[in-house]
Amino acid sequence: MPSALNALNLNFSTIWPEIILTAVAIIILVLDFFVKKENKSILGYLSVLGLLAVIPVAAMTVDPAPSFGGMVRADGFSAFFNVIFLISAVFTVLISMDYMEKMNIQRGEYYYLTLFATLGMMVMASANDFVNLYVGLETMAISFYVLVAIRVDNRKSVEGALKYFVLGALSSGILLYGIAFAYGFSGTTSLTGIASIGSRLSSQSPFLLLALALIIVGFGFKIAAFPFHSWSPDAYEGAPVPVAGFLSVGSKAAAFAVFVRVFVAAFPAFHGHWVDLLWILSAATMVYGSVVAISQKNIVRMLAYSSIAHAGVMLMGLLVYNDIGSAGILYYLLVYTFMNLGAFAVITMFIRKDGRGSDLSDYRGLAAARPLWAFFLALFLLSLAGIPPTGGFTAKFFILAAAINARYYWLAAIGVLSTVIALFFYAKVIFYMYMNERADAEDLPVMGATYSVVLILTAIGTVITGVYPAPFMDIALKVIKPFFM
Amino acid sequence: MLTLTHFLILSFLLFSIGVAGVLLRRNIIIILMSLELIFNSANIALAAFSYFLKGLNGMVFVVFNITVAAAEVAIGLAILVAVYRNRKTVNVDELGDMKG
Repeated sequence: MPSALNALNLNFSTIWPEIILTAVAIIILVLDFFVKKENKSILGYLSVLGLLAVIPVAAMTVDPAPSFGGMVRADGFSAFFNVIFLISAVFTVLISMDYMEKMNIQRGEYYYLTLFATLGMMVMASANDFVNLYVGLETMAISFYVLVAIRVDNRKSVEGALKYFVLGALSSGILLYGIAFAYGFSGTTSLTGIASIGSRLSSQSPFLLLALALIIVGFGFKIAAFPFHSWSPDAYEGAPVPVAGFLSVGSKAAAFAVFVRVFVAAFPAFHGHWVDLLWILSAATMVYGSVVAISQKNIVRMLAYSSIAHAGVMLMGLLVYNDIGSAGILYYLLVYTFMNLGAFAVITMFIRKDGRGSDLSDYRGLAAARPLWAFFLALFLLSLAGIPPTGGFTAKFFILAAAINARYYWLAAIGVLSTVIALFFYAKVIFYMYMNERADAEDLPVMGATYSVVLILTAIGTVITGVYPAPFMDIALKVIKPFFM
Repeated sequence: MLTLTHFLILSFLLFSIGVAGVLLRRNIIIILMSLELIFNSANIALAAFSYFLKGLNGMVFVVFNITVAAAEVAIGLAILVAVYRNRKTVNVDELGDMKG
């Protein structure tokens, strides 16, 4: 009997980050009962402390041997993603506290649901089994449904939440059906098990082709790729602004973590089957996101479409199917965390309770009234557009270079073209801020301490990854290497 | 004699009805019911595969799925109640504040 237990390898050290984060979330859940309505931001500060405490643990939990009977694989890949999730959660909670007070949403569940969403992402990143992956995905998704709907008395919020819920649950169902057929094909739910069986069997099994198509559709919904994107602009617009930022960064990073792990670790033998489908998805997503973003009037919706276009670029890194392309995704997501949450932080700060600050036209003349805010927003938007001294440029560069190396010339050309189109709508906001006169200069909010911390850190992250990308890219390459051996 | 194919046809029918229901019906409650059909079609496929492959993984997965689907539908109904309080409607066609 002990030998059977040893074979399971119940190594709790591989899930320490998840255990600590769960404990923090439950402590905050219990404390919520004792904290008065006016003081809910205490819970926010405690969440930030808890998340900061988990970051070093998550970064050091690297143990490539599968544990818990092959369910968990806490390798460098999952550690890299866990750090991204935790950083984005820290930024999100920091910008949330003032926002919640401003919007008069004094709810403690906001903070522990953010932590549970982060927990779901971390379970996804280290999942080596479809059971684990699916439960992590649902932990994240269910927390996000509630977070999007947290302004229950707001018409837009509940509408966005309903659209997000219906399409999110539909995509989970489609993914689950695909997983069922992957299990039927291989007789195992373990990703490494599927890979070892797949390399022996004929790759023409109809079960497997069905499973691949359904799993791509399911993940396509989660990363908001083109034909499956329709929930994301509405959910982002309806959600509290920090939640929209967290959705676009954290949930996308988690979906890409499982996308890369499933397709590189479990289905490498069938690369030829899924690469063409992803080619079309990637090209359509990049072009659609960039083109539709141009006509948007609401800045959060504009960033939602921009986030769709970014997902298309990252898909390019996946279908290239080599270590540089996949490392490019990891690096891109790290940079995206800084630049996108930075942009969302400025918007969170600027938006008022009556909704002013959400339209692009509200940003007219911001540079004259608040030069520092305009500078930060311009920096993040230039980075999102991919302008050289920032991280957005190096991230796009690595992925496009990988695509060109792998002879995907047309796809790379479409990627460059969509970047050029995207520059138009990012530049429009910058033009509004610097070249126009302000209509109402009065009652602009002041920049709180938490915003300053977030803006300075995200700006440093955006610039450092732009001027000195080598160490980050080296880490990304190092953690992705074992997948391609 | 029931074979694996019978179960797979049943699950595929349920899955198709569920997807069609989510995409075509306009009443949110019917959409939630269709979502349940999709989850259960996957559960039937998993349980059938598990039985015919003589493995336990699929059965265990079904238990997890039932738990997750229960949590999911609870949230769905809560959001539905919030929508109804705001809009006094459960028809998705009347939820069009955000476009574009």
